[in-house]
Amino acid sequence: MATPPVTKPIELPSTVITDATCTFCGCVCDDIDITVKDNHITDAKRACVLGKSWFYSHGADDRPDCLVDGKPALVAEGVERAARILTDAKYPIVYGLSDTTSEAQRVAVAIGDAIAGTVDTTTSVCHGPSGMAFQGVGEVTCTLGEVANRGDLIIFWGGNPAESHPRHFSKYSLMPKGMFVPNGRKDRTAVGVDVRKTKTAKAMDLFFQIKPRSDFEALWTLRALAKGIEVDPEKVKSDTGIELSRWQDLMARMKAAKFGVILFGMGLTMTRGKHLNSEALLSLARDMNAFTRFVVKPMRGHGNVTGADNVVTWQTGYPFGVNMSRGYPRFNPGEYTTSDTLARGEADAALLVACDPMANFSQPARERLKSIPYIALDPKDTPTTRSAAVAFTTATYGINTPGTVYRMDDVPIFLRPALSSTHPTDFEVLTAIHRRVTELKK
Amino acid sequence: MSSGYFKIAGGTVYDPRHGVDGQVRDIWIRDGRIVEPPSDASVRPDRTLDASGLVVMPGGVDMHCHIAGPKVNAARKMRPEQKRKAEKIVRTSNTRSGTMGSVPSTFATGYKYAGLGYTTAFDAAIPPLAARHVHEEFEDTPCLDKGFFVLMGNNHFVMESIHRKEPEKLRSFIAWLLGAAKGFTPKVVNPGGVEIWKQLPSGNVHGLDENVAHFDVTARQIIEQIARAVDALKLPHSVHLHCNNLGMPGNWRTTLETMKTFGDSRGHLAHIQFHSYGGGEGDENTFNSKVVELVEYVNTHPNLTVDVGQVLFGETTTMTADGPLGYYLSNAFKSKWFSSDTEMESGCGIAPIEYKNTSLVHSLQWAIGLEWYLLAKDPWRVVMSTDHPNGGSFLAYPQIIQLLMDRTYRQDMLKLVHPAVLERSTLADLTREYTLFEICIITRSGPARILGLANKGHLGPGADADITIYTPNDDKTKMFELPRMVIKSGVAIVEHGEVREPLTGKLLYVAPEYDTSIETDIAEWFEKYYSIRFRNYGVPLDYLHDPEEIACD
Amino acid sequence: MTERFILIPGRTSKQGCGVSEGKFDQVYQQEITTLQVAPADMKRMGLANGDRVRVTTESGRQIDVAVTAATGDELPAGLLFIAYGDLSSRLMDGETHGSGMPTSKGFDVTMEKLA
Repeated sequence: MATPPVTKPIELPSTVITDATCTFCGCVCDDIDITVKDNHITDAKRACVLGKSWFYSHGADDRPDCLVDGKPALVAEGVERAARILTDAKYPIVYGLSDTTSEAQRVAVAIGDAIAGTVDTTTSVCHGPSGMAFQGVGEVTCTLGEVANRGDLIIFWGGNPAESHPRHFSKYSLMPKGMFVPNGRKDRTAVGVDVRKTKTAKAMDLFFQIKPRSDFEALWTLRALAKGIEVDPEKVKSDTGIELSRWQDLMARMKAAKFGVILFGMGLTMTRGKHLNSEALLSLARDMNAFTRFVVKPMRGHGNVTGADNVVTWQTGYPFGVNMSRGYPRFNPGEYTTSDTLARGEADAALLVACDPMANFSQPARERLKSIPYIALDPKDTPTTRSAAVAFTTATYGINTPGTVYRMDDVPIFLRPALSSTHPTDFEVLTAIHRRVTELKK
Repeated sequence: MSSGYFKIAGGTVYDPRHGVDGQVRDIWIRDGRIVEPPSDASVRPDRTLDASGLVVMPGGVDMHCHIAGPKVNAARKMRPEQKRKAEKIVRTSNTRSGTMGSVPSTFATGYKYAGLGYTTAFDAAIPPLAARHVHEEFEDTPCLDKGFFVLMGNNHFVMESIHRKEPEKLRSFIAWLLGAAKGFTPKVVNPGGVEIWKQLPSGNVHGLDENVAHFDVTARQIIEQIARAVDALKLPHSVHLHCNNLGMPGNWRTTLETMKTFGDSRGHLAHIQFHSYGGGEGDENTFNSKVVELVEYVNTHPNLTVDVGQVLFGETTTMTADGPLGYYLSNAFKSKWFSSDTEMESGCGIAPIEYKNTSLVHSLQWAIGLEWYLLAKDPWRVVMSTDHPNGGSFLAYPQIIQLLMDRTYRQDMLKLVHPAVLERSTLADLTREYTLFEICIITRSGPARILGLANKGHLGPGADADITIYTPNDDKTKMFELPRMVIKSGVAIVEHGEVREPLTGKLLYVAPEYDTSIETDIAEWFEKYYSIRFRNYGVPLDYLHDPEEIACD
Repeated sequence: MTERFILIPGRTSKQGCGVSEGKFDQVYQQEITTLQVAPADMKRMGLANGDRVRVTTESGRQIDVAVTAATGDELPAGLLFIAYGDLSSRLMDGETHGSGMPTSKGFDVTMEKLA
């Protein structure tokens, strides 16, 4: 059973908290100086535009800790109702987890175990396909400090970090003056591959605007070029929209790099091919290691989705889409993943932690979700919390609560909270639900 | 009125530290420790286990395994295909569900170790940047007291201070780093080799005196200086070393040179089996055993200890901080491959493997492991391990015990392996059979002593009450697979193979003193090259569930 | 006039900020209910900023949404972009092709100007 993180009541020790961690995106910057005034954050030094929004939007509020059927209720009432919903269900699911601490994630998985439910995380609609590819071919990767210290050819494929991870370039991938790249940006070549000329594209030295839905063909073209296999220039051009000569040039640069890095996003995982796209990219990176050092890094979107992968993996053996109906973990993307268990009308109750499927899921999934009783934990008022049978307003991780998160490169970072909250933490609510569920299941 | 005593009555006790070799004795337990019997003879124990006819030993100590952290977790994630058909770990009212295969999930790991009578385990290789991850996984690995070794052999600060010939600084840095991570001792893996791997394709170090580019140090210097620093710091366990050239034919010369490099410093050579190969440069056909030559050196140099790293036939997963080795293995076996370089500190490589008894190399590896056990003169300095899961699962320990205690069983198995083993190793000629006393040494008393754990591996008053009770059986595999009872910190956690009370267990760490003025230097170097803040690196004590500091003296 | 396009939903800074500031607030709602169209396509279809169109997927899912011209050459002709949110979700099918991931980018749609 997870032990609670140090949750001493936070007396404001000072009005500036240094080396604090922003958990909005997977960059998990831990160098933020937060200024607190009257229970609101008024400055977040070094935070990017997304981080600033994150910090400034989380101040004291007077929303109720708990709503049952839309009406304010005591947390204890909400816990009781939640436990009954979960234990009465035939196919309960636990989903989300990407925006909370690993201490809380561990309890959520424990609940999934106790109710013989299905545990899944937002990974299944993010880099789940990359996780599947990982299971097939493995992955060659590194921590972000290696990118900063050694990376000299940086390829961004199917992502737009300029908008989704604004400090990535400056903190990790393009600007840092690293041990083996002492001139920073000047020592690096930046390459973008995408279907749109995004803000990221404009920051690149080379940009490949490929045809939509041709990532698979482009990656296999590069794999062929790496191994000296002849490819048909006409087919390459018609498949990818890019001349073979440009791909050849890219491959030459890749082979000439000292430490190549490919950072990839949803452009691969969410389009035609999905895990086959990720697998092609992971395989290409592997192939490249015959010629030079090369790594890949999936760009993770949320502050602790990497933690969710880690926690679910160490506790169950599988990273997401884990069913425990028979009393032991089974894994099957497409079968136990939440988009499917909802869209096919199988889930009949849900515990949703730190996620917003009512905003982000497919229409059939959302329709099913609306029709079943579910519990939602979130610091914010979202489409998901509004239709929940039980909604808990919880303290915000990193801003109000301490705990551990995992950056996109699996580095664990401990949170340094800035202000206290009147709301309970995810950990506290989940622990209470777990206790009650265990009692009911006896 | 509860007396607080738990008595194990009339068992056949093995306590090598106190010279007890199968004598019938009582063991008294109170408040989690083994104690003297109450002076007042009228005091009744709350519980008495009638252990007559049963074998009583201290709880097992696995001093070299891979059970937690980013490398292990990546391997778990990478092996779904093993789990579906493996033993199902079903949830019960007091235990969590889990999965097996060669890299079990955390709860399953704890239950299975406890099921074998193990009560202490050390993860062999953790990059300090990931220390928190390990501490979290440890909290979800019940029934065991745990600790880990901190990777330092490719650490940039370490290499720099060695290059600048600053042993004081090195010593302070090592002390600081152990305290920051809450680790147990420096772990050195392929010193210099992992750094070169980060710099060059298929990069590695092939000899002790090869220069490590950019840092201008050699593996020999790294080993020697860290070993001396560890002794100067009086750490309970010596430096723990994975030699250069693991797995390569002919690597025995590197191993022997490495042993000599230690001089008089204490040193523990991990999974020595993988480092005991004769043969030409890269020519696998002359692959043969050099255990005789190496064990001679270990036998005559009491400053050195080894764990074997036994290979068992079957499917498993190799996982190592030796990045280039992972790449090599995945290419050799054309398997999937995971690699991760950790900034400033280390690397890692993971590749599935299947050891086959039809393979000459694998059969020799299997034989070489057994040769080590059988040829080592001092059982206190040779420890049982499979380098779990690299050579095989820890679940194979009972089988290894049978191979050591029963030469008929061993000879029968020899008939099933590649016939080259007969000419290329001495195994066929070795008739030694281990006694229970010796098994007790190599699985608990020896590793406890090597780790410097004064309260483990024995049954004298003051020891942690970690005790395993076995039902004697001529079939030693059966005997050691299913203890009658396992006691951890005075609590019967396993009875008749069922986990009764899955305690979380303690975190064992060291915090050697050092000149804190070095922290200014460290912080400056840190802020320049690391991607997190210096202040966010160290693990504070209150982060840990049940920490116990082991003194440095 | 109805034409065929490929729709790419994705993240934007504004949408990301909106997640923190509140999903029922102006900034977020505005961002996720605006469809970006390449200037050449806008011109050919006689669309001005703020005009409404109907976007329909191959399986018949439909949204009505306001358009805005993409900046410069950011969006190639034939592609549409919208920030992740309720509208993009309405167009997603439940089918994940055994991957757990519904097709969330790069789907074929038709677009017609609404009167």
